[in-house]
Amino acid sequence: MNNNPVLQISDLYVAYGSILALHGVCMEVHKGELVSICGVNGAGKSTVLKAIAGVLKPRSGSIRFKGKEVAGYKPEQLHKMGMALVPEGREIFPSLTVEENLRIGAYGRRLDKSFAADLEDLFNLFPILKERYHQAGGLLSGGEQQMLAIARGLISKPDLLMLDEPSLGLSPALVDQIFELIIELKSRNITILLVEQNAQRALAIADRAYLFANGRVEYSGQPQELMGNVDITSVYLGHNGGDV
Amino acid sequence: MNAEILFEFVINVLSMGSLYALISLGLVFVFGICQLVNYAYGEYITVSGYVLYFLGVFTNLPWPVVFLLGILAGVAIGFFSELVAFRPFRERSLDALLVTSFAVSIILQRLFQLGISPRSKAVPVPAFFNLNIQLFGVITPLRNLLIIGTTIVLLTVLVLIMKYTTLGIAMRGASENFVTARLMGVPANLMISAAFIISGLLAGVVAIFWSARTGSVEPMMGGTPLLIGFIAVVIGGMHSLPGSVLGGYVYAFISNVLSLTLPSSLLSFRDAFMFAIVIAFLVLKPEGLLRGNYQEERVG
Ligand SMILES: Nc1ncnc2c1ncn2[C@@H]1O[C@H](COP(=O)(O)OP(=O)(O)OP(=O)(O)O)[C@@H](O)[C@H]1O
Ligand SMILES: [Mg+2]
Repeated sequence: MNNNPVLQISDLYVAYGSILALHGVCMEVHKGELVSICGVNGAGKSTVLKAIAGVLKPRSGSIRFKGKEVAGYKPEQLHKMGMALVPEGREIFPSLTVEENLRIGAYGRRLDKSFAADLEDLFNLFPILKERYHQAGGLLSGGEQQMLAIARGLISKPDLLMLDEPSLGLSPALVDQIFELIIELKSRNITILLVEQNAQRALAIADRAYLFANGRVEYSGQPQELMGNVDITSVYLGHNGGDV
Repeated sequence: MNAEILFEFVINVLSMGSLYALISLGLVFVFGICQLVNYAYGEYITVSGYVLYFLGVFTNLPWPVVFLLGILAGVAIGFFSELVAFRPFRERSLDALLVTSFAVSIILQRLFQLGISPRSKAVPVPAFFNLNIQLFGVITPLRNLLIIGTTIVLLTVLVLIMKYTTLGIAMRGASENFVTARLMGVPANLMISAAFIISGLLAGVVAIFWSARTGSVEPMMGGTPLLIGFIAVVIGGMHSLPGSVLGGYVYAFISNVLSLTLPSSLLSFRDAFMFAIVIAFLVLKPEGLLRGNYQEERVG
């Protein structure tokens, strides 16, 4: 771990209208790390990702990405700088084909040899996308849509990949597949910020973790500590530390 | 019904439908990207119409150049009205945008009234537009065939752009889910400018054939095409580009059927019948013939 985090957030306040959703959040993500954010519904997990990605403008506080202050930047600027957010609920473009969805994911990239090579590489990770290349995204199953959503995030070769509840609504077998995939991405040294309600699974693969509650960071540190701490898991993650 | 009447009917539906399809397509391009019903769209047509008038009356430029400049005027008013009037309010609310579009519409109308003339001006029309062509025993002015051909060419080009270019694919993505498209690096400003430019271009083409049909331009002339665009869009679907084109042709079809079938005593109520049909569409098929995919999301 070096001293220059890819992402550094300090004292971040974000509001929806007049209602504060984040109250002074501080966190950081270093290069090559897999950092998990856990917390119950409404804790502010998606809000922090949206603020980082520029969808929500912070009320105050600082967001530094690769050493640069980026609070208030537009989503498209941040994407260009190397961020990719795979949003909660997949949000693929339903009437666009898999190919077109990926083309938008690669917006700003030249469609050259290195793009073709990356595409081949993605097809190795997600063979189903090659099979369905010319099908409308809306016709894919939930699991396939999640694969597409992740692939669409990866095709831009982000320096920070943010995943918002990638396992949400998927069958247990598919959840396994998603977590295997995240481990594979981690082994490729991709920096990942993972939001999950499936806390045990997320904590098991994370390098570090943040526990959100009511728009605040309630705990941060080693995932093992968090999993071992009965008080914290029972209060903030439900009695058994989340569903498996 | 004999073959000639049928053929005349087909040409009428296709020529009128082509014009209506271009009108509604121009509305839906902007609506798809910004969810804005742009009331100033009719005035884009008027601006182009006045440019055609001035160039036609006061210069000796060849017709293709006049038409090109007329279309460019539509592009320019589309682009600059967005830049100057809509962009500053975009982050506010959809209602603010809607009110802005009313304002732009009214300001442009007043400018035409004060700066040019409140009365209508005769627009020169190239002679070949009114040349009567005999086709399968039916006599029709050449402009009816020109609008059909122009529409085929324009739609083909637009389909190619929307299907195969990065800009077009991004615009389709942005019209389904604007925020997510931005998260993928698609610039909001570029998408919106492109939508207004295409809208203005269509208004410019419409102006050529509209003013050729009416023979004149006047400050309030944008109202009728705007209404036609609304009706076509209600029929075809607000969220679908192909739907808006289909709506234009269906509108023309219904309108021509009414003209043919209504007894002459009821012919003056043709518009009333037309509106009754539109209301029926709103009740029975509120999302239009083609639904399209879109997300209710604000442009931020
Ligand atoms: N668009 C919105 N308008 C108003 N309030 C919102 C909006 N989105 C979220 N909130 C509120 O902000 C708080 C945090 O929401 P957020 O979506 O960040 O939670 P989350 O941790 O992602 O929850 P979940 O696990 O359900 O996805 C909640 O109280 C929520 O009600
Ligand atoms: Mg969430």
